[in-house]
Amino acid sequence: MRAVDDVSISVREGEFVALLGSSGSGKSTLLNLLAGLDRPTSGAIYVHEKNLADMDSEELAHHRSHTVGMVFQAFNLLPRMTLEENVELPLRLAEVDRAERPARVREAVERVKLSARLTHRPTELSGGEQQRASLARALVNRPTILLADEPTGNLDSATGDSIMRLLQEINRALQMTIVMVTHDRPRAEKFAQRIIMMGDGKLISDGVAS
Amino acid sequence: MKLRDLTELAGRNLREAILRNSLTTLGIAVGVASLVAMLSLGVGLQEMASSRLAKSGLFDAVFVTSRANMRAFGGPRRDDDDIPKGPPRPLDEEARQELAKLPNVTEVYPEVRFQTEIQFDGKPYATTAAGIPLSAQADGAFDGMKGSFFTGPNANEAILQLELAKDLSKEPDSLIGKDIVLRYAERQTIPAEPAAVGKGTKPGGADSGFDGDGLSAGFSMISREVKLHIIGIVETEPAAGFGGMGRGRLLIPLETAQNLRVAQPTDMRAMLRSVNGKPAYESLTVRVKGPSSVKSVEDAIKAMGFGAFSIIDATKNIQLFFKVFDSLLGIFGSLALTVASLGIINTLAMAILERRREIGVLKALGAADRDVQRLFFAEAGAMGLVGGIAGVFLGWLIGKTLTFGLNVYLARQQLPAIDLSSVTWWMVILAIAISVLVSLAAGIYPASRAARLDPVEALRYE
Repeated sequence: MRAVDDVSISVREGEFVALLGSSGSGKSTLLNLLAGLDRPTSGAIYVHEKNLADMDSEELAHHRSHTVGMVFQAFNLLPRMTLEENVELPLRLAEVDRAERPARVREAVERVKLSARLTHRPTELSGGEQQRASLARALVNRPTILLADEPTGNLDSATGDSIMRLLQEINRALQMTIVMVTHDRPRAEKFAQRIIMMGDGKLISDGVAS
Repeated sequence: MKLRDLTELAGRNLREAILRNSLTTLGIAVGVASLVAMLSLGVGLQEMASSRLAKSGLFDAVFVTSRANMRAFGGPRRDDDDIPKGPPRPLDEEARQELAKLPNVTEVYPEVRFQTEIQFDGKPYATTAAGIPLSAQADGAFDGMKGSFFTGPNANEAILQLELAKDLSKEPDSLIGKDIVLRYAERQTIPAEPAAVGKGTKPGGADSGFDGDGLSAGFSMISREVKLHIIGIVETEPAAGFGGMGRGRLLIPLETAQNLRVAQPTDMRAMLRSVNGKPAYESLTVRVKGPSSVKSVEDAIKAMGFGAFSIIDATKNIQLFFKVFDSLLGIFGSLALTVASLGIINTLAMAILERRREIGVLKALGAADRDVQRLFFAEAGAMGLVGGIAGVFLGWLIGKTLTFGLNVYLARQQLPAIDLSSVTWWMVILAIAISVLVSLAAGIYPASRAARLDPVEALRYE
């Protein structure tokens, strides 16, 4: 069975795209392919004119480290690390100079308005704060593309809206391309610029949000 | 990922499951400790044996005899091509001077050992007396003796071997400072008649304690006594004389012993064998700078036409024995380390299961397979390093405890204390290196498994 079949889309720089669809529609698989976490069995994925399908595992790791930032539904913060250490982690993996790291961490944390919670561990943060921390971690390496997999899935409505506003603000302020997977159509229509509908691994519709 | 970041992350991961990782590290420490304890016992025993043998003075000495006297111990065989042909060369004063000039030779002296009688507290005791060169003090042969060493080469002083001292008194230490009387038969040379020498007869005054009295026609014996002052008691007598086989229980300065001109059972034979009437030695001991010089000096002496013997060759077998012994101990000690390595595999395999999602997150954030692999390797290596260091300390402690226990037992048996174990620097470095290498080897499988994890699957893992 093909999780994503005959899908051809193009995302412009600075665009905020929502991938909509029910469970098993292939939207998360498409996001993983864009992140370089998964490999296509056929076809091509061009990011900044480089085909991810041709990259080896080292190049894909570099792509995940420098080109894309990821936000997950379950936040995926490392529980034994403080907020500051979690945000610093991608800088370690990208071998960013140690002297440069504190400023980069501060910048990312200020953008998500969590400066006061630097020394807290994830278990000491609320769900919304954890997702903002996850967002700061995704932004710290200054990627050009932000990939968000159901970023509001584990949050209540008000907190979910605040995260969506934050994503919108990042998209506008940094001109960052955002591809977000969600099954929440109203929220997608409210915050995203473009909505791509998927079903059974195929592209159903692709249009501007209302 | 840079090394420092890798180390920090590995340390953090190890602290996270501190109990399990500590137990695994303890397992490695016990494995290394058993290895170190076994090796230290082997090396300790070897050092003890070597030290005792070295103190015997046998390992830096070559024992020389005239070929006429020796058929064994280096004496020539009929088909020995290395030995000059012709009549046996006499081991006389001229030969002694020549031997003393050989490279790496420090001293040449004759063997003086004789059966005698001593009188102490009005009672006679039969014993063996031996002449000891003053140089014997420097080679450690008299370390640990009670009292003091000879004050000079001609001193009328005696050092008693402990067994003799026990025969003389129930409190051997109380003998120091007292006098004994040595009774012996002095050999007096009968000068040769010039005519007899001219006719080619071969009179001899030869003796093992050469008296330097020139040509002689024979000797007579006179009973003598000399008073000796007891200055020390030594537990085991250092080797004296040919091959170190004989033991003297009454030790006197070599020169004093020579000056006594004690008649020896071999005097008759020596007299008959003396060449041109010149006195000859029964045997000579040639001391060399160190065991490494023994072989070359021995060869040079044989080339001069004398029989030469050293027991340095015998030590090769001893060294071989200890090498095999140490290897066996090392193998037994390594078994525990092998079991400990299984503990590392188990711990890291468990860590992969527990940290599956974390591995997925690391990969999603940009960690390459290589980074994940190195992280697990670093954790295995850190456990090996800490376990290795702790194991060396533990092994040293085991060795010291065994030594302490043994010495308590030896003290009860009124025997001297010994150092049973010896932890050397090479052993410390080797044990820690083996510990780290074994740990890294044990980490190969878990590390490559972690590196191969599919990040998408890992992120889904609950």
